[in-house]
Amino acid sequence: MSINATLIGQMITFALLVWFTMKYIWPPLFDSLEERKKKIADGLAAAEKGQEQIILAEKKAKIVLKEAKDRSAEIVTLAQKRANEIVEESKYTAKQEGERLILAAKGQIDQELQQAKESLRKEITVLALSAAQQILGAEIDKAKHQNILNKVSSQLG
Amino acid sequence: MATEAHAEGATGYIIHHLTALRVGEGFWSLHLDTLFFSALLGGVFIWFFKNAAEKATSGVPGLAQNFAEMLIEFVDQQVKDSFHGHSKLIAPLALTIFCWVFLWNFMDLFPVDILPLIGSIMGIEYLRVVPSTDLNATFAMSISVFFLIIFYSIKIKGPIGFAKELMFQPFGPWLTPFNLLLKLVEEIAKPISLALRLFGNLYAGELIFILIALLPWYVQPLLSFPWAIFHILIITLQAFIFMVLTIVYLSMAHEDH
Repeated sequence: MSINATLIGQMITFALLVWFTMKYIWPPLFDSLEERKKKIADGLAAAEKGQEQIILAEKKAKIVLKEAKDRSAEIVTLAQKRANEIVEESKYTAKQEGERLILAAKGQIDQELQQAKESLRKEITVLALSAAQQILGAEIDKAKHQNILNKVSSQLG
Repeated sequence: MATEAHAEGATGYIIHHLTALRVGEGFWSLHLDTLFFSALLGGVFIWFFKNAAEKATSGVPGLAQNFAEMLIEFVDQQVKDSFHGHSKLIAPLALTIFCWVFLWNFMDLFPVDILPLIGSIMGIEYLRVVPSTDLNATFAMSISVFFLIIFYSIKIKGPIGFAKELMFQPFGPWLTPFNLLLKLVEEIAKPISLALRLFGNLYAGELIFILIALLPWYVQPLLSFPWAIFHILIITLQAFIFMVLTIVYLSMAHEDH
């Protein structure tokens, strides 16, 4: 029970323990705690920032999407317009081509008609001559009556 | 001493358990058991925390680090609550006090006969294993705290400021002798109350364990079990009180009026 030199020994031990704790135990543990706190705070801040960025990105995406939609609608309208134009154009060209073909065909027909008339005229002349020859005998002079014959054949046309 | 050791019966048993292993005579004698066990427990404390501190990482903590950090945060919170200055010493001091006193008190939960029995087998006659049942241990700690109080009072307030506080508070300069007396009693009461509170609680607790151990074996568990459970609370509470009062006293020393 008595107080004795143990007191001094205990005080020395206590002082050593406190010194050791102060020097080697408290700082590293406390620092690691503080550091972890900071890390967690940073992490939370980063998460919050990330969320904000997501919202921003979503907004941006919506805008882009809307733009794209508008753009595509525009393109579709343009394409339709162009298609109509092309159809109209081709219709027009086809019509023209058809008219041209018709004209050419008509021209050919006329030509052929002329040729047929010509050959018919020649043949009729020959036929008329031979008929006249047969009627009049061999009296009629071909050179002499050429004028008359021409008149007759021209009446055919 | 020698006669006490050979006293028979219950009284002899109790006295034997509460007698320290002592070498030397008079003041210059040492209680080897107190010194040994408190140093050993201090070693346990240092070993555990050093281990945790060396592996300390700000990432995912290990089991030891987790426990050490829990204690550190707990102590730090206590310090922050009562102490508003800046001091590198006070938080580690509080941690050391809390852990060391707790470990001292924890020795109380060992069955009262086991360690003395082992000691007697090894030829050690007396063995008192709970350092906080030795006034030397509790006073050593409270007197160290007292020195720190004086040191910080003088450091923060200056020698003159501290002297003024002693003389002129709380009743003004006209009652200087009375103030001085009051302040001295107040200051000296601090270490004495700190040491005696811890000593008294643990000494009484240990005494009751010893008394229970004197009862027939079939009664002992009925009493020692609840008492041990109750004691878990007491040993923690006493360590906590010692720590908190130390913080409070030191923060008072830091406050400049």
